[in-house]
Amino acid sequence: MRIAVSAVQGAFIEHEQMLSSLGVECFELRQRADLLRSFDGLVLPGGESTVQGKLLRELDMFDELHQQIRAGLPVLGTCAGLILLAEQLSNDPNVYFGTLPVTVRRNAYGRQLGSFYAEESFQGQGVVPMKFIRAPYIESVREGVEIMARVEGNIVAVRYHNQLGLSFHPELCSDTRIHQLFLSLVGQGSSSAA
Amino acid sequence: MEQSRYELNKELAQMLKGGVIMDVTTPEQAKIAEAAGACAVMALERIPADIRAAGGVSRMSDPKMIKGIQNAVSIPVMAKCRIGHFVEAQILEAIEIDYIDESEVLSPADDIYHIDKTKFKVPFVCGSRDLGEALRRINEGASMIRTKGEPGTGDIVQAVRHMRLMNAEIAKIVSMREDELFNEAKELQVPYDLVLYVHQHGRLPVVNFAAGGVATPADAALMMQLGAEGVFVGSGIFKSGNPEKRAAAIVKAVTNFEDKEMLAALSEDLGEAMVGINEQEIELLMAERGR
Repeated sequence: MRIAVSAVQGAFIEHEQMLSSLGVECFELRQRADLLRSFDGLVLPGGESTVQGKLLRELDMFDELHQQIRAGLPVLGTCAGLILLAEQLSNDPNVYFGTLPVTVRRNAYGRQLGSFYAEESFQGQGVVPMKFIRAPYIESVREGVEIMARVEGNIVAVRYHNQLGLSFHPELCSDTRIHQLFLSLVGQGSSSAA
Repeated sequence: MEQSRYELNKELAQMLKGGVIMDVTTPEQAKIAEAAGACAVMALERIPADIRAAGGVSRMSDPKMIKGIQNAVSIPVMAKCRIGHFVEAQILEAIEIDYIDESEVLSPADDIYHIDKTKFKVPFVCGSRDLGEALRRINEGASMIRTKGEPGTGDIVQAVRHMRLMNAEIAKIVSMREDELFNEAKELQVPYDLVLYVHQHGRLPVVNFAAGGVATPADAALMMQLGAEGVFVGSGIFKSGNPEKRAAAIVKAVTNFEDKEMLAALSEDLGEAMVGINEQEIELLMAERGR
């Protein structure tokens, strides 16, 4: 099993460290040539969605990744990664991959003073730690989207087929359960493809 | 400041990594910077090159001007306060700035004390020339560090010097016996715990960016290869001939800082770079402000 981590900007090293601690091989996507390697899953990390979306396009990785996600590549999007996956943003005209049928509100908790830590239950995982940093949340979901977690009524985690979208940052905590959940999706994907 | 708030503030800096933070003076420039791929903007009335040219006392920007920039972009907005001027910092916190730069670019308000940054909820970034200075700022509550470089010159030499010195000092502490760390803490005038952290992790406990004198994609990639986790570009963009193109090229250079073919392509046809000033030619060394 090998995971590609988008490394155009943001907190990608934290995901790599988490995956490595779980014994999983991962590598960075910085330019088109990196896509020549095969991989079984994709991580879209936190950072700035405007920067990442622009760089994925201009460094010529966007179309290939888009096609692979649509074809069922397991993907974990955290914070900015969730924004890249969302079909619609309620306060931004941009759409990036648009493969996750949800509407996301960017900077939904305001500026950095609105950043916070919470512990809430996550579908099938019990209570997990959640760090929200200038975070988005999910305003609405379309048919087939499973809501995995809410904080104070707002949706902060969803799953849609092989896509896992989170408005918080599991890569910043020592708790590995969310990454293990993602890896279980990757494991199912690679066994069904085989 | 509660510990979880400090963690969240350090983590916002982690989200900025691999990115470029650009100085802007108007909402229009902020939009250009955001469109070019800036991961944050620094709102200020005059960029360092103009502060240098104008002389006189340089202060925090007008909050109205900063708010205009906050309303113009969706990315984080930073602003500068004078070293030691905790009331300017209080004002910036009141307008919910995302990061305060306690900056030597402005005229220092206090020649002994820096701001007690632990008293604030908003995060601070501070400049440093060496490891001791960085750890002193972190001990005061800074959640991000940048090299001082020499702002407004377009001359990278000082940022390189500061980054290399920091790396050398970190390597030295990593190689020390544990019983030597107590004396090192005394020498650096910082708490033992911070020295122990550097010894164990081989890095600062917060994100470290390059700043001061970055003018070209090659400058930005140089600082990244020397270990910077991201780059501030001040005068280098909006003092150049083609800000949009140069800004976008610097952003891509930071992502692909080790790919020499791509750096060659990015360096082509950028128009005129900002006019540089060599350190021997300047009378005011901003990096000397604050220790």
